[in-house]
Amino acid sequence: MIDFETPVLKEYPIIPLIQPGAMADSKPYVAKQDLQEKIGFPGELIDDWQDVAIKKMGELVGKSRALLVFLDSCVKCGACTDKCHYFLGTADPVNMPVARQDLFRDVYRRYYTFAGRYFPKLVGAREFDREMLDLWYSYFHQCSQCRRCSVYCPFGIDTAEISMAAREIMDTIGVGQKYCNEIIGKAQTIGNNLGLPKPALKDTLEGLEEDIEDETGVKVRLPLDQKNADILLVTPSADFFAEPQVDGLIGYAKVFHAAGLNWTLSSHASEAANFGMFIGSYENMQKISMRIRDAAQELGVKRIVFGECGHAWRVAYSFMNTLAGPFDFLDQNYPIPQHICEVTHDLIQRNALTLDKSANDDRVLTFHDSCNISRGSRMGNIPGGQFVIPREIIKATCNHFYDMADDTIKEATFCCGGGGGLLADDLIELRVKGALPRMEALKQVVENHGVTHMVAICAICKSQFSRVLPYYGFDMDQVISLHQLVGNAIVLGDSEQNTLSANSDVKT
Amino acid sequence: MSLLTLIFILLFYAAIAIMLVGLVYKIRLYAFTPTPLRIPTTPAPTTRSGVIVRLFFEVFLFNSLFKANKWTWLFGWLFHAALLVVLLRHLRYFTDPVWGWVSFVQPYGKYGAFIMLFGLCGLWARRFLVDRVRYVSSPSDHLMLALLIGIGLTGMGIKFVTGTDIVAIKAFFLGLIYFDWQPLPADWLLGIHLVLVVLLMIIFPFSKLLHAPGLFFSPTRNQIDNPREKRHSSNASATPAGRNW
Repeated sequence: MIDFETPVLKEYPIIPLIQPGAMADSKPYVAKQDLQEKIGFPGELIDDWQDVAIKKMGELVGKSRALLVFLDSCVKCGACTDKCHYFLGTADPVNMPVARQDLFRDVYRRYYTFAGRYFPKLVGAREFDREMLDLWYSYFHQCSQCRRCSVYCPFGIDTAEISMAAREIMDTIGVGQKYCNEIIGKAQTIGNNLGLPKPALKDTLEGLEEDIEDETGVKVRLPLDQKNADILLVTPSADFFAEPQVDGLIGYAKVFHAAGLNWTLSSHASEAANFGMFIGSYENMQKISMRIRDAAQELGVKRIVFGECGHAWRVAYSFMNTLAGPFDFLDQNYPIPQHICEVTHDLIQRNALTLDKSANDDRVLTFHDSCNISRGSRMGNIPGGQFVIPREIIKATCNHFYDMADDTIKEATFCCGGGGGLLADDLIELRVKGALPRMEALKQVVENHGVTHMVAICAICKSQFSRVLPYYGFDMDQVISLHQLVGNAIVLGDSEQNTLSANSDVKT
Repeated sequence: MSLLTLIFILLFYAAIAIMLVGLVYKIRLYAFTPTPLRIPTTPAPTTRSGVIVRLFFEVFLFNSLFKANKWTWLFGWLFHAALLVVLLRHLRYFTDPVWGWVSFVQPYGKYGAFIMLFGLCGLWARRFLVDRVRYVSSPSDHLMLALLIGIGLTGMGIKFVTGTDIVAIKAFFLGLIYFDWQPLPADWLLGIHLVLVVLLMIIFPFSKLLHAPGLFFSPTRNQIDNPREKRHSSNASATPAGRNW
């Protein structure tokens, strides 16, 4: 285990004094040659890397208004400096969003602006040399692309866009991150991030069906590659294996069963997550999205529903229509795509589910808003529906719910500390420290309201919290899936009645 | 015509040309650069009119900054609002007769100058006193504040201390507009004031002052949140490569 000190949870949050260099040694493993080449990047640092990187930078800025405007507009007002969970947890000043952006901006100014070319010292422009590349590799892998800074920036500058571009430039010159690029390769060849082939997936799902029947006495199916199902469920592959994700998957299955909906999983698109976004690669993001389109067409489904995953939902909700659309072959009466929470919420609104709240009486709950869902997507018909819908589901399935402090939830929510392709063991110090703001908010509701469990709707959040909760004196199983609550509370009738209630499935 | 007048005439024409050409170039670049994906910071408005309201709050009230930091908001907003009033007051040098509403606003410009300086000093103090802001400040950030404070102080010096021939100044600027050049009063404080203003105009399109047009083009603020309802595509790469449908 890497040796570091877990931050102490304070009574109330304090903005730390800066400690230059505190996280300068944090670096993820570099991707080996085969991983790089598999997804279309050079295997190792190329000879003319400086020229290629600078040229790539110009190309990226030239095709992204966001980058162009963000690089020009920052006035260094400092509004973002205390907003990043990694800064709050590490005190390293380069983890202040503006300082992280400046790693990119200073190079951009040096090569692409009048002021930077002729007055580099004056405007702080810097060369793209080996030292700078090392800083990039270190600090652009200390951004989880959670967009919290973009909420507070007076110009809406989103560091996520800049860190994505920086990672793409590094990939282009042969310096990729092992964790992300290995996963992207698996998702594109096998169909999911875990590299789970169809037979293993089938076995797993059958095992889950048996578990549910043993527990409830009801035959709830988890169909795979079932042609002409109405709904294709695309869910993060962690849902098939990991705790507490798998309890969420059981929850979705129970919801579909209880509502009499005809659904299926796909072995071709057995992954909701899209790590192409984390490395800023439009092409890779598109390839992964296309698998979902292809699976939907192949299976002949009418709807696509996404399971609980944060950035997956951002890519699905905000980008998929652009990347792999138009989806004119699906039923246009439903949102394309739809979130499992939207489906469950609709069913609850229509009284199509029988829920027994007391099944969750042994828990006092709070809710962790996932960053990419909160600030990069929506659920339902109104802005902010992504905050309302999960909470309404929680309140419909349990009796004890308390929100964490206002400045740590909804649009101000803190990243779990493991998002953006940083959920790797080699970054554990960063992950533990980055979780500090969330842990402080959690501690507060644990002490004030006796909260026992934190509900999450993201596979990365769930894995991250399972891993870091113990560092802060909590138990690893104190994070649970939202649909685990639903699965517990749902009363499964006999299947005859359930088929009839299929008619009560709603259109939005 | 004196050499001084000639120099200032040339300076102003050059500054106006550089600022206008620079800004038009930048704004065109912003407008024609594609937006490959939908990236509004959510919750975001789901309609065009909603976006206009969002931008209104950002432009006039600095809504996001208010959420971020009350001190920075206070100093920043006061400075910008006061600067606006001061600029409006200066319109009287450029129109004849002076527009009615300018005459109405004009007297408040005097107080605006004090508020502007207060805001600027507050912003500058943050660059020294807050360790995080100190860390991210480069020399140009300090010089920009020095320049604005210099403009404010010289302007106030002319107004409240030395006084100057404002009728002649107005004749000079109207002359610039109508190419009927008139002498500029030989007043050293005025000279410094105008040189600093010229400098500000020239660096505008090359510096962080681009945050002014930038705000209107920021995709996280000006995009509508409707990607499911309306397929967003702004460039060729939005159509999956090698696929036909």
